[in-house]
Amino acid sequence: MALNMLERQKSQFETGDIALEVKNVSKSFDGKKVVKDVSIGVRKGSITSFIGPNGAGKSTLISMMSRLMSHDSGEVLVEGKPIKSYKSDELAKKVSILKQANNINIRLTVRELVSFGRFPHSRNRLSKADWGYVDNAIDYMELRDMQDKYLDQLSGGQKQRAFIAMVLAQDTDYIILDEPLNNLDMKHSVSIMKTLRKLCDDLGKTILIVVHDINFASCYSDDIIAMKDGELAAQGHCHEIINPTTLKKIYDMDIGIEEVNCNKICVYFT
Amino acid sequence: MQRKTKWIFITLIVLSISLIATFLFIGLTPAGWDYALPRRGRSVAAIIIVGSAIAFSTLIFQTITNNRILTPSIIGLDSLYMLIQTALVFFFGTLGLVFFSQEANFLMSIVFMVLFALLLYALLFRGEQQNIYFLLLVGIVFGTLFGSLSTFMQVLIDPNEFQSIQNRMFASFSNINVDLLWLSIIILLLTLLYVFPYLKYLDTLALGRDHAVNLGIPYDKVIRRFLIVIAIMVSVSTALVGPIMFLGLLVVNVAREMLPTFRHSTLAIGSILVSVVALVGGTLLVERVFAFSAPLSVFINFIGGAYFIYLLLRGTKN
Repeated sequence: MALNMLERQKSQFETGDIALEVKNVSKSFDGKKVVKDVSIGVRKGSITSFIGPNGAGKSTLISMMSRLMSHDSGEVLVEGKPIKSYKSDELAKKVSILKQANNINIRLTVRELVSFGRFPHSRNRLSKADWGYVDNAIDYMELRDMQDKYLDQLSGGQKQRAFIAMVLAQDTDYIILDEPLNNLDMKHSVSIMKTLRKLCDDLGKTILIVVHDINFASCYSDDIIAMKDGELAAQGHCHEIINPTTLKKIYDMDIGIEEVNCNKICVYFT
Repeated sequence: MQRKTKWIFITLIVLSISLIATFLFIGLTPAGWDYALPRRGRSVAAIIIVGSAIAFSTLIFQTITNNRILTPSIIGLDSLYMLIQTALVFFFGTLGLVFFSQEANFLMSIVFMVLFALLLYALLFRGEQQNIYFLLLVGIVFGTLFGSLSTFMQVLIDPNEFQSIQNRMFASFSNINVDLLWLSIIILLLTLLYVFPYLKYLDTLALGRDHAVNLGIPYDKVIRRFLIVIAIMVSVSTALVGPIMFLGLLVVNVAREMLPTFRHSTLAIGSILVSVVALVGGTLLVERVFAFSAPLSVFINFIGGAYFIYLLLRGTKN
């Protein structure tokens, strides 16, 4: 029995292994290269933040890592296998993505939206276990008291939380979020980052996020990948990236760094 | 299923059955039974087939384009049908219509329309940056082009030959070809078989491309298959009765208003029932009240057009 489990462990990717890999990937739109020959690796069971100025190619890169976009050249590997070799429904049980703009044209309640997260697992027939996942996701995002409201009755932040809940209900090993803190107030931003940290630490999820607030990246992520002008600017552990020299290279700004409660806080307002 | 939904379904079913019964038996004397009943029965069958095909194709078209004020006719599918018919007469004369059997003509139209749909697919769903407005624009341009080409050929041909085309330009349930009716039923059943495994994707497709891909739908493949199915359904209904695609916009939106759900299983049945009610009711109106003084499409376009404007006005308010 124990031996069996050992065998199983061996074949799977373990925490700390590079499980999502991008090799020499490029992408152009109308002849303009927005991602230029980028190679990165994401460790399993970590939170990796993607930072960089506007138009650096972060969203394009993660769209390619989640097959929302195809790549022109290079390779995207999910657990060692090319992303194109996965069947779409298999991949949907492994990798989930939430983009920044989420407008849908049908009238749905929060609960109905979150239940779509179970589609890869059960199609349209949700079992009791599926509804359990839906309930959990709703509680995680503190949406219980508004679960029967329609999405168009919610504020931007509440809507954003509902979409994150849908991705949580999908229950994938890899969760990719493109600016999940958009539209959110401080309280909910912090609570979502704490939730992501918990998902990573307790359940071993691998989380990739694009964040604009560098201090959220600094306080909550394990690794940071920095992009600039379509190229990889820096990649490494959080503490290796958050220093004035590297940040100057990425943002062309002098950014001071203070230590507050053992967290590195970047000061860039003045 | 919610109670309200159930009651709406029951009401619609009762309404359509009573309308069909009225249509079948109105003004019937025992002497006329043998003659009139089979003919009226054929009309009813055609109405149900066409109504279902139009309602269903419009519903899935709206879902894959994520827009509820569109019908497949916007991308020029039914103008293409008219162009094919006109071109046949233009190049081969009325003889062309005789030379090509109705079945051959029918199948050829379907093939052309499916090819056209695939061409549009290739144009629009290639790459990631597909744009709904681009689809509308290309569709309208193609539709106008097809329409103008048809008109151009129509003014050139012999007036007698023009008459034979004109018969096809207006929707009519009064004289329906039996052979075509059977062929249509067979084709639609095969189409239904072809699309059946994909129906489960419809609810999720309505969330838009990114969410659909995230939730594991093989998006491009699914869209391509739905476009093929839409093209087949439009050509079947247009070949049977003529162009009345505007009906789709009307019935699908009425169904959406009545049934506040996103579930396509419910919406599809609702739209089909509304469609049957509208078509049987409309035909009764044309035949009994207005004594054939105006074609059915006039009524459908009038009521549908008014409703469309209402939708647009209400849409701007929100």
